Amino acid sequence: MTNLLEIRDLHKRYGTVEVLKGVDCSMRQGDVISIIGSSGSGKTTMLRCINMLEEFQGGTISIDGQEIGYETVGGVRRRKPEREIARQRALTGMAFQQFNLFPHMTAAGNVMLGLVKVKKMSRDEARGLAEKWLDRVGLLSRKDHYPGQLSGGQQQRVAIARAIAMNPKLMLFDEVTSALDPELVNEVLQVIKGLAEDGMSMLIVTHEMRFAYEVSSRVIFMNQGRIGEEGNPREMFLKPKTERLAEFLKTSTFN
Amino acid sequence: MTYSLNFAAVWRSFDLLLQGLALSLGLAVVAILAGCVIGLITAFGLVSKSGFFRKPAGLYVTIIRNTPILVLVLFSYFALPELGVRLGKIESFVLTLAIYSGAYLAEVFRGGLIAIPPGQREAGLAIGLTEMQIRTSIIIPLMLRNVLPSLGSTMISLFKDTSLAAAIAVPELTFEARKINVETFRVIETWIVASCLYVATCSLLAALMRAVERRLAVPR
Repeated sequence: MTNLLEIRDLHKRYGTVEVLKGVDCSMRQGDVISIIGSSGSGKTTMLRCINMLEEFQGGTISIDGQEIGYETVGGVRRRKPEREIARQRALTGMAFQQFNLFPHMTAAGNVMLGLVKVKKMSRDEARGLAEKWLDRVGLLSRKDHYPGQLSGGQQQRVAIARAIAMNPKLMLFDEVTSALDPELVNEVLQVIKGLAEDGMSMLIVTHEMRFAYEVSSRVIFMNQGRIGEEGNPREMFLKPKTERLAEFLKTSTFN
Repeated sequence: MTYSLNFAAVWRSFDLLLQGLALSLGLAVVAILAGCVIGLITAFGLVSKSGFFRKPAGLYVTIIRNTPILVLVLFSYFALPELGVRLGKIESFVLTLAIYSGAYLAEVFRGGLIAIPPGQREAGLAIGLTEMQIRTSIIIPLMLRNVLPSLGSTMISLFKDTSLAAAIAVPELTFEARKINVETFRVIETWIVASCLYVATCSLLAALMRAVERRLAVPR
């Protein structure tokens, strides 16, 4: 069986600064992987390469066996056509640190947009599905509210519903609780936990160590553009093998 | 001063002024609508990462914005025929005002575009939208909301610029007023009435734009 996600020797440069220096990672259907590490270690960049929000200069990323973003024709590596990349992006869903809800659309409108424009559903069909997912994140009663009328935690839950409703094979979470007030963090983590229990495959970049410990089947520690250490959460958090991870864990709060 | 006000002569020709006003509005509506299309395309050119789009857009805005509109009006009516482009008075003026408003509106729209956080585009990409779908469903609606206040005053100023069509004898409001002035010698009355018509129309336009602004406001 092919892996759901296969990253091989991923290299990413901004100008002359190399931020990913050869990352390898594979993931099977249903895996929940947390990516931890200090800021600037490349964890968010790695996530953004998977759905081509960032270009990358070397290596390959495949989802379900299909190569993402680039193709090699006659020995020349080139970017795939934009339409093809747009289609491939729909294989993954993403939730962002800043939610990025569309402010001029209601909660339901936000969820419906991709269903109508990308999945070509009728508006009625899309509305039904949007309501189902808003209900799932506990916000059906807020479906006609605009993002500006919702709390940060509610906005993030709508953003997760918007991504999940597209039925992605893999969900990418990019520090989704970092912009939230502490009392709103938990409602968002509960939603993600629920998705994990349903068997959703997820890659979670997070600073919430307790959450990573509880929800992950595997943890990846990124360090200076490389994978510093990886393993199951119990070993990683309780018996770190590398000096760098031990140090990182000492400076993070685990509560 | 022995001038005594007498509006009777102006009222006798009032329908001419109204016809002039109607033509002014017509010129403005067609030119500004065309200008909005030109401006929108140019604005996307101005914010493009590729110089292939950015440079011509920048050149267009620079040339048009830095030339007085009266010069442009006279150029397109008197100089273009020499270059083989022969247009009627009205067509020539509408074309000029469209190109002129395109340059101003491009700058207004550009301001609205750069105010949109990049996360909006990324969120669109992440759900699989194409760049064009992102523009039509997300970027343009947000940009319009951003620019409505300044769009209103730009439109008012473009409407008033239709008075320059008098320079090439397009029978719009200012041209008609000048004719009445010459025929009746009621200088003060004529220009007071003409000014009032401009003020009333512009106020209406401003009120309309504010209503649109309220209608499109994002609830929070």
